[in-house]
Amino acid sequence: MKIAVCISHVPDTATRIKIGGDGKTLDPSGVTFIINPYDEFAIEEALKTKESLGTGEVVVITLGAEPAKETIRKALAMGVDNAVLLKEDVSRDSLGVAKALAEEIKSQNAQLIFMGKQSVDYDNSIVGQLTAELLRYNCVSVVVKLILDGNKIIAEREIEGGREVVQTSLPVIITCQKGLNEPRYASLKGIMAAKKKVIEEKTPAQYIPSTEIVSMNLPPAKKPGRIVGNDVSAVPELVRLLREEAKVI
Amino acid sequence: MTKKILAVLEQREGTLKRSAFEVIHVAAKLAKDLNTSAEAVVVGDSISNLNEIAKFGINKITHLKNSLLSNYSPSAYTDVINNLSKEIGCDILILSNTSQGRDLAPRLSVRINAACVIDCTQINISGNDIICRRPIYAGKAFVDVKILSENKIITIRPNVFKAQASESSGAAEIIVKEITSPDLRDKVIEFKKAEGKLDVAESDIIVSGGRGLKGPENFHLIEKLAEALGGAVGASRAVVDAGWRPHNEQVGQTGKTVSPSLYVACGISGAIQHLAGMSSSKYIVAINKDKDAPIFKIADYGISGDIFEIIPALTEEIKKVKHS
Ligand SMILES: Cc1cc2nc3c(=O)[nH]c(=O)nc-3n(C[C@H](O)[C@H](O)[C@H](O)COP(=O)(O)OP(=O)(O)OC[C@H]3O[C@@H](n4cnc5c(N)ncnc54)[C@H](O)[C@@H]3O)c2cc1C
Ligand SMILES: Nc1ncnc2c1ncn2[C@@H]1O[C@H](COP(=O)(O)O)[C@@H](O)[C@H]1O
Repeated sequence: MKIAVCISHVPDTATRIKIGGDGKTLDPSGVTFIINPYDEFAIEEALKTKESLGTGEVVVITLGAEPAKETIRKALAMGVDNAVLLKEDVSRDSLGVAKALAEEIKSQNAQLIFMGKQSVDYDNSIVGQLTAELLRYNCVSVVVKLILDGNKIIAEREIEGGREVVQTSLPVIITCQKGLNEPRYASLKGIMAAKKKVIEEKTPAQYIPSTEIVSMNLPPAKKPGRIVGNDVSAVPELVRLLREEAKVI
Repeated sequence: MTKKILAVLEQREGTLKRSAFEVIHVAAKLAKDLNTSAEAVVVGDSISNLNEIAKFGINKITHLKNSLLSNYSPSAYTDVINNLSKEIGCDILILSNTSQGRDLAPRLSVRINAACVIDCTQINISGNDIICRRPIYAGKAFVDVKILSENKIITIRPNVFKAQASESSGAAEIIVKEITSPDLRDKVIEFKKAEGKLDVAESDIIVSGGRGLKGPENFHLIEKLAEALGGAVGASRAVVDAGWRPHNEQVGQTGKTVSPSLYVACGISGAIQHLAGMSSSKYIVAINKDKDAPIFKIADYGISGDIFEIIPALTEEIKKVKHS
């Protein structure tokens, strides 16, 4: 079986955000880019699934510009077999990403696809569901446990107050949440092998955007708070403030 | 020209969720501003509190009913809501950005050919355009997004748009449509309730503990304070990674993003990834023995001292004032 993993290349979570000169995008100077944290769970689950089936091929797909290749190399070093970069310099809205990914998944004829539950840049958390709907595949989002039994899928998704156990079947897109597995580290051998692998480049079909970012801003700075005291004697005053000033208790 | 707005409501175990009333409130207001009308839809088996919707500004609701649809089924819910939306001619759909809303909205957007804007904290009208404001980078920045497509799907962040009931409105018109043979390609077969009493994502008060607690055996201090305040227990990633607390309690960039009225951070340093998940809380209290800890930069009130002395005293004091 062919298993696809879609991964994105995002700013490190420790990045202090600076807005670019156009007022609409992140200023990338000095920003380190990493593999989207949730996509590491997606890669791990794909590799684990292939290993337990004892056969198959894992292909990673990324829509992005040239620098995204660094992130793809990390996936290859973890043990992914093949990689495709859908190369485009401008970034797209979620529907545009999903259209490009759906096209590629179809041409690869992958029946089991793993994605992250969310990209930590725009925090959309919708590309998996959009892609599945475009392909008319099944989809379970925010998955923390997965059982694959032939064609049958039992997946647990995290929701408010607990977990929903979802039953469905292949073809399916699973979006991965922390807790699903422990991503492996790349071995030295894997890193060396990844350097030799070819990343196939393709040009995605053109897309007309459905949304436009008109501005990007930083939240208003919070005014510094008050240190009420430095030991237990401050407790009654803190409670008074919460009651009378903040009115939250 | 907007034709009609559809408020897509969520029920759990036969009761409309609190967030559903926020959706009604937003849909009704948008309808007024755009000079059009709004209706509501809910999918499920028997639902107890449908009549309450009128008080929040919408007085017509279609209940798409089938006993097999009491639990969520992505395929079936997408299908039946899509059909209804087309039947009554809606071009704007509003949902809450809950786990279910976030799962359903993108699927519907493909079906009705709409852009899907997620997790909005403001919806503004500018001339003929709808511009939504939403946080990105876990709240470290926000963007204003103009929707270019004719049809639109918007999910709103829970707890941001406060729904207020008015006493004057009459009864709601409830149309029940029996659904025959729903598409159950995927369905929820079981719900496993989490051990914790309240979920951080849904609670209006959160008490979080970090590595300052020294070990899992000390978290009863956090639990007791949360209980006294009627809130949920949260955690930093350091304590989740150490296995002291379950992942569903993690607050931050790779945990949950929360915006309660009160967030109490105990023994948490305030790393940027933690702040990203909770800095939009209305009031933040920090208790940390290091007076230079970054958490104090965003706290409204702080005590720089030992949590092992302060938390029990705070718990007692809160019990005292609550009972007085
Ligand atoms: C990709 C990535 C994603 C991340 N995502 C998240 C996330 O989602 N959420 C998150 O929380 N973190 C996240 N982190 C981790 C984050 O960088 C910090 O490591 C983490 O938040 C630290 O947790 P902490 O504050 O509990 O521990 P520490 O930083 O160790 O802080 C402990 C604090 O307790 C105080 N203390 C100790 N003893 C006492 C006492 N007796 N009384 C009072 N105070 C005391 C200390 O002064 C200190 O400030 C992420 C990191 C990365 C790289
Ligand atoms: N440009 C991209 N290329 C490949 N996969 C992507 C891309 N953007 C998003 N994804 C996938 O979709 C998931 C959810 O992203 P999002 O909906 O943008 O939050 C990510 O975790 C990735 O698995």
